[in-house]
Amino acid sequence: MSSEIVIKTNKLTKKFGDFIAVNEITFEVFKGEIFGFLGANGAGKTTAMKMLIGISKPSSGSAEIAGFDIYKETEQIKKSIGYMSQKFSLYEDLTIRENIQLFGGIYGLSNKQIQKKSNELINKLNLQNKADKLVASLPLGWKQKLAFSIAILHDPKIVFLDEPTGGVDPITRRQFWDMIYEAAHNGITVFATTHYMDEAEYCNRVSIMVDGVITALDSPNNLKKQYNANSMDEVFLTLARGAKRGE
Amino acid sequence: MKSVELENIVKTYAAEKSIVTAVDNVSFSVEEGELFGLIGPDGAGKTSIFRILTTLLLADKGDAKVLGYDVVTHYKKIRDIVGYMPGRFSLYQDLTVEENLNFFATIFNTTIQENYDLVADIYRQLEPFKTRRAGKLSGGMKQKLALSCALIHKPKILFLDEPTTGVDPVSRKEFWDMLKRLKAQGITILVSTPYMDEAKLCDRIALMQNGKILQIDTPPNIVNKFGKNLYAVHSENMFQLLIDLRTFQQTASCFAFGQNHHLTLTEDPLSITELEEYLKSTNHLNTTITKIEPEIEDCFMQLMKSPSPKEIIQ
Amino acid sequence: MKQLLTFLTKEFHHILRDKRSLLVLLGLPIVQLLIFGFAITPEVRMANIAILDNAKDETTRLIIHKIENSKYFDIDRTLIKNEQVEKAFKTGKIKAAIVFQQNFQNELMHANKAQVQIIADATDPNQAATLINYASAIIMDYQAGLNQQNKLPYTITTETRMLYNPQLKGAYTSVPGVMGMILLLISAMMTSISIVKEKELGTMEILLVSPMKPWLVIISKVIPYFIISLVNVATILILSVFVLGLPIQGSLLLLIVSTVLYIFCALSFGILISTISDTQQAAMLISLLGLMLPVVMLSGYAFPIANMPFILQVLSNFVPAKWYIIIVKGVMIKGIGMEQIWKELLILLAMTVFFLMISIKRFKIRL
Repeated sequence: MSSEIVIKTNKLTKKFGDFIAVNEITFEVFKGEIFGFLGANGAGKTTAMKMLIGISKPSSGSAEIAGFDIYKETEQIKKSIGYMSQKFSLYEDLTIRENIQLFGGIYGLSNKQIQKKSNELINKLNLQNKADKLVASLPLGWKQKLAFSIAILHDPKIVFLDEPTGGVDPITRRQFWDMIYEAAHNGITVFATTHYMDEAEYCNRVSIMVDGVITALDSPNNLKKQYNANSMDEVFLTLARGAKRGE
Repeated sequence: MKSVELENIVKTYAAEKSIVTAVDNVSFSVEEGELFGLIGPDGAGKTSIFRILTTLLLADKGDAKVLGYDVVTHYKKIRDIVGYMPGRFSLYQDLTVEENLNFFATIFNTTIQENYDLVADIYRQLEPFKTRRAGKLSGGMKQKLALSCALIHKPKILFLDEPTTGVDPVSRKEFWDMLKRLKAQGITILVSTPYMDEAKLCDRIALMQNGKILQIDTPPNIVNKFGKNLYAVHSENMFQLLIDLRTFQQTASCFAFGQNHHLTLTEDPLSITELEEYLKSTNHLNTTITKIEPEIEDCFMQLMKSPSPKEIIQ
Repeated sequence: MKQLLTFLTKEFHHILRDKRSLLVLLGLPIVQLLIFGFAITPEVRMANIAILDNAKDETTRLIIHKIENSKYFDIDRTLIKNEQVEKAFKTGKIKAAIVFQQNFQNELMHANKAQVQIIADATDPNQAATLINYASAIIMDYQAGLNQQNKLPYTITTETRMLYNPQLKGAYTSVPGVMGMILLLISAMMTSISIVKEKELGTMEILLVSPMKPWLVIISKVIPYFIISLVNVATILILSVFVLGLPIQGSLLLLIVSTVLYIFCALSFGILISTISDTQQAAMLISLLGLMLPVVMLSGYAFPIANMPFILQVLSNFVPAKWYIIIVKGVMIKGIGMEQIWKELLILLAMTVFFLMISIKRFKIRL
């Protein structure tokens, strides 16, 4: 982790009519950091993330992602980030290799690069025998690992993970986190939303959103100390219990 | 009488060109009034077992009984007396909270008033939103409504298939509190979850993977059976630490586990000093090694068919 | 009974709360009928035509003048040779051609008989028929004028030729066709979608694991669409009588009885579709491909069955809409009674029973 800042927001706000979904959030994320973005259902996580990845325009406030302004330079932002969500990541009816090629193409890699990267990736994931099988035939855990690898295929500065590891067995989940550690080690910033607190414990720092506001931001250890709790779950419960929203 | 009995249940599905065994010779039983958990990842066979017990699926082999009734021959009887909450949110999104509850009460030949005391606890939280459409509720509220609908006919046994998936921690906590209260009223509950941290909230659990049961016991007993010393190791550079621990000669297993790495050793406890020496030699800063109690998740990983070390390092 | 009522209430909630779909369900027949209905009597104004005057005498000049002065025709070009007629049509610029025989006046005066040929582009059969009617009327009018002055009746025979679609069958099928299509669409497609929706939502799981009888579920799904279909029938009939001016010649009761039978047939088809599809998308596709296409293509609604290849003619017998359209045409337009249509009614009944039996057989009490 370095002191180089890759995400910087200042009073970032999103309103829908009278409803303030995200209320003046200000935070910084460093290069190579694994940052957990936590919050209860309806706390405003998804809305905030949509603004950060440049698909939703803020109502007020400012933010820079990988050095680009989220109002004016959304195209550059999209080029310098990767995105993976639990709901959609890969085309099930394409083969593994076709998926890699497709996303390589979308992110503007040259054919030569795509060729090289797909081989590297397939070897790395031990998928040599399965490269030409449909993604649908892979177990869930492998899909997630593949989706993550594809999300960082174009060496983005930041990768956004939207609830990445639901429903996978513990060992595959560990393998997934190993990959995340490795990516962070290689200087990619990992920004993950989740509402599973055990996942939060893997992060260098976490922020907890309640009713559109960031109410806590620190390392899991410090938060546990601060709130005199044994686990992030307890920290979260203490903070989120006061939530008015979410019904 | 046992509330649920399964004996050598097998269920297979035909997938493209191959046959997938969803439930592989599973036997277990659930006592009356017990809160029993099926714990395992997606594809473990939890949903298939639920569907077999709720008479929605026919097993290929084996026998299953719910409250003494056979799931094949007495399926109608079972349908009258069980409460079922499927894995997906299965209520009518365009009906209001109240309309949904009324509807399910009626199809079970009862009324909200008749069994109000049973759902009162949960429904009171929903009451302020009773004219809101179910589709507009938050995840936690939807789940409470679904539970109310499954309870409205006072079932003797509740089948809850992954009720807490996709729900935030606060709602999950509240949900488990509700289950405890229902259990106190004598309702047998069979619940499934992919989240290992929920396992300890059950009376007994079955750890499942790939259609097979890895172990059935009470959570404390499962932890006791871990049989090895478990260490939490921490240093400044966790990624390097993971690699270094895995290359350490006496490492039996090493997994990232939140803030720490969980480690078991082959020659325990002899090599612990050796490990300290080793970590010093690899330039780790602020290293801590703490002996800890295993969690259910540690036990689950130990029970799983261990993948080759090479695969993990990848 | 309480179960059924509650279930029905729920169904109506679903339907009434989805305002957009409801609007489509109730508005579609009106729109369709007005579009297709007015296509029966298209008012043709200033249609481009070609004239080939092989006689070039006083009489033909007068007739051409009369045609030119009518508000219906606009003479686009004058031809000199017979061969040019075909070419003129191929350009697509003209809708009809009028060809006068050689020595037209001579023939008319001395043989009391002369011939004029009206050729129309029948790719649009309705328009072609209208044009021919107009042109013949103008010529007849001229002939009547001549005959007033003369004792001996002169006869101008108009020979008409429909290019590309000689029989023009299917011209008046709009109302029966729209009924055949709409009822099938609403009854079969909407029923199947609404049943399959429960499967997709997962609510079917809960319903199955409840004391509710599966057939009660089906009945409650069917009733709302039955009612909507009846509303549609009323709309269509009122529109066709009062707006399109197409009176019901035969017995209204017979028409309604056969329509109800046809709706049952469509509903049972919908149930059948719901038993073989697991997603709303699949149900929609099966309904569209399995119902809409055959109804449009094979029922005789858009294309005359008599012109179809033999195989398609055979296939058309399996399309319920074909029989229903025959019944509606018979009762509504020709005014025939039970004795002429009992066979068609019987076929529809048999189809209904057949669909229901397969559905019952296929309906799963489990997942």
